[in-house]
Amino acid sequence: MSENKDQGIGGAQRPGEEGGAPGRVVGTPSPAAERRLLPEGDVSASEGAGEELDEQSAKRAERVVAAFFLLAFAASVAFIAYYIGWSGRNGGMHGIERARESNLWLGGTMTLAFLAMAIGVTIWVRRLMTSKPIVQERHELRADDATREAFTKTFLDGAQESGITKRPLLRRTLLLAAAPLGLAPLVLLRDLGPLPEKRLRHTWWGEAVRKAQAEGKKGVRLVVDGTNKPLKVSDFSTPGGMITVLPEGIEEHAENPLNEVAKAVTILINIPPDQLKPVKGREEWHVNGIVAYSKICTHVGCPAALYEQTTHHILCPCHQSTFDATEGAKVVFGPAARPLPQLPLAQDDEGYLVATGDFPEPIGPSFWERG
Amino acid sequence: MSQTAPAAPKAIEGSLNFLDDRLGSTTFFKRNARKVFPDHWSFMLGEIALYSFVILLLTGTFLTLWFKPSMHEVIYNGSYTKLNGVKMSEAYASALHISFDVRGGLLMRQLHHWAAILFMASIMAHMLRVFFTGAYRKPRELNWLIGIGMFTLGMVEGLFGYSLPDDLLSGTGLRITQGVLEAIPLVGTYGYMFLFGGEFPEGDNGDLIPRLFTLHVLLIPGIILALVTAHMMIMWHQKHTAMPTRNQTEQQVYGYPFYPVFMAKTGAYFLFTFGVLALLSTLTQINPIWLFGPYDPGAISAGSQPDFYMGVLEGSLRIMPNWEITAAGHTLSLNVLIPALLPLGLVFGGAAAWPFIERWVTGDNRSHHVNERPRNAPVRTGVGMAAVTFYGLLWLAGANDLLAERFHVSLFATTWFFRFAIFIGPVLAYIVTKRICLGLQRKDAAVIDHGVESGIIVMSPEGKFSERHTPVKEDDKIVILSKENAKPEAPAVDASGVPAPGTKGPMGFLRSRLQRAWTFDDIPVEDKGHHGEHHEVEGAEHSGAEQKELSR
Repeated sequence: MSENKDQGIGGAQRPGEEGGAPGRVVGTPSPAAERRLLPEGDVSASEGAGEELDEQSAKRAERVVAAFFLLAFAASVAFIAYYIGWSGRNGGMHGIERARESNLWLGGTMTLAFLAMAIGVTIWVRRLMTSKPIVQERHELRADDATREAFTKTFLDGAQESGITKRPLLRRTLLLAAAPLGLAPLVLLRDLGPLPEKRLRHTWWGEAVRKAQAEGKKGVRLVVDGTNKPLKVSDFSTPGGMITVLPEGIEEHAENPLNEVAKAVTILINIPPDQLKPVKGREEWHVNGIVAYSKICTHVGCPAALYEQTTHHILCPCHQSTFDATEGAKVVFGPAARPLPQLPLAQDDEGYLVATGDFPEPIGPSFWERG
Repeated sequence: MSQTAPAAPKAIEGSLNFLDDRLGSTTFFKRNARKVFPDHWSFMLGEIALYSFVILLLTGTFLTLWFKPSMHEVIYNGSYTKLNGVKMSEAYASALHISFDVRGGLLMRQLHHWAAILFMASIMAHMLRVFFTGAYRKPRELNWLIGIGMFTLGMVEGLFGYSLPDDLLSGTGLRITQGVLEAIPLVGTYGYMFLFGGEFPEGDNGDLIPRLFTLHVLLIPGIILALVTAHMMIMWHQKHTAMPTRNQTEQQVYGYPFYPVFMAKTGAYFLFTFGVLALLSTLTQINPIWLFGPYDPGAISAGSQPDFYMGVLEGSLRIMPNWEITAAGHTLSLNVLIPALLPLGLVFGGAAAWPFIERWVTGDNRSHHVNERPRNAPVRTGVGMAAVTFYGLLWLAGANDLLAERFHVSLFATTWFFRFAIFIGPVLAYIVTKRICLGLQRKDAAVIDHGVESGIIVMSPEGKFSERHTPVKEDDKIVILSKENAKPEAPAVDASGVPAPGTKGPMGFLRSRLQRAWTFDDIPVEDKGHHGEHHEVEGAEHSGAEQKELSR
């Protein structure tokens, strides 16, 4: 459908570049610019492909191109030589120092090979290729009316012959048969995961507290994230401190420890008792100003890990939701809509911090069934 | 040098014959070898995206040879000694292995990441070029839509890709993905459970990373590859658009032939792309996962930033006010839903609908093969700049903590600034851009009318000074006169009181109003033929008297 009509356009007109000021002359031009000294269409100045250089310049350009190709060759050889001969010395490449060195040599020679070759080809195109710009017709993409009509007829005839237009029962039952078939793959996806049920409503704190209280203890001890050591009230008595804690035994006894940690992770903050303004009904949830909040931001679930001692603000580094630790972690700024849930704390007989219950509400981001 | 009817070398002749006998391919080669490709620097932006994609496929395949998409917990004991004895997933451990124990592994990882960034950046630049030059107009709307599809898929592909190493930063990204999923009304928690196979991060059986891996290396790249192929084939079939320069018309295309010039040029361009990416990967570190450490749900680092193409979502999440509705036992998290869906929905949805809206408003149903200069479509250019401003501001808002830190302003002040700026900025951008476009149109009209200033001052016998203007160069004139002047509007109601076609009803009313807005301030640029040795006297009226030239 598209026969090419190659017709070389004489002269040196490169397809011009769009934009820019239309040839404004700055300063006083030389009189020569007024009259063109060269006849229109002169091609002695080379402007990329399409110019035929005299043999001497062409030879020179060829040598330059060849030099770049040789450089690319040398770089590729160096790449292979380094890989085989040097990168694996002393029992192979291991560790950050050797990886860094290997990256530099392999990457450097590879870069050189690619760029040298690219530059070589570019000079080749611009200096040595003699193709001229050509013109081709653009064709109407649309078929002519006769073809369109003919096809319409073919299409309708086919539909007629197949009987699909004439036999509605066939058509309708076919559609009926296809619909559930389309749904089948969706059904197949059901076992991708469990149903949410009540999973999002509780954390491992609840389970641990229940177990501890069944054993006659006051609650489950808080352990410091990282060391897993239980924490005494006296160990955390300096106001202004903040640490991350978990329920004791979560790493050992939880079924999926990482999943449980992701929900149960809690921050412990020591607030000077005179600055603490407990939420109504939670007056007894702190121990000497030590309060515990869920570390999972109620916005989209990043760990709200930054704590500013002077203002007692908790800041989530992801989207900057800011919570006031002195007032039940209420939202003071940012996109989070709800306070960080608070964990009820107490002190056991040996002076350790314990939690006496689960968070009173689901932790983390809001969800539809949350209510 | 070549003789008449020269014979091709045997090897080539032989294989051409072999293929032709079986496929009839020589007809195709004959027809297409000399296909013309018009030249313009901006036409190479899409090529960068294409070649980045090829590099992504090559380097990605290399990485899969060692990467273990597994959440199984292991205790690291390897050559990165700082993490010895640390619990981590097999995925993270294998990513460390690729970096520190596979020769060239770090290079390939960095190439893969840099290529992903370049892929998205070049698609963006390419789409802007296509938009601002009107290259999406009929008959190329389909390729425009395919492009938007590829960009959207690219975002998802990138998110899944940088989630795979299971380091601290990527885990944070998944955490946010979980939070956004949960915010979806009705089915959100189900979507969350079904994607993760249970609860964040491991689910019941550690299914997440293997799932993301399959999506990342098979499904999404497969779809992108199919779309790239369609994009290229459509482009080849429709022929590339051209800039409105000499010899480029709606009926013909002018440029160098595919074989050999364009072929060699584009080959060199692939090598340049690969070379520059290799240079970046050699000298600049990207995504140093060993510094972040394995994922720990309780930990995070300040200044956590996603890859740049996700920044716009991050920004909109950050500046959204904390609206949440709780009623009848259900919670609707507008503070997450709106920023996650609305801004990108607006930009991508608007971009997808734009060619059709423009066609409807202007009533221009013709095919266009010569691009329009941005100044000659001020409304389009203005709307485009408004979208760029909107996107750019949201993107900057995604780094508001870094902005606050660098410029020593309050973090909350930056948030408030962006909350207002995303509404005011685009409006201002539209107005300013449109004014600039109209100013440039006026200048074009003046240049055609009077020519360009030559820098030659002449003095008339009475002593008046004026500057000689010379006619504009022919090539520039072609570019300037490519403008299609707005046609006078058809009267809404003709002499016998019959409304013009397409103006009836509320939609017709809207359409005619929009059409007016599109064209009412158009500056006609036309060659009235009275330029040439035209003299413009500054500060005084012309005297018809003879003038004496000073400067010659």
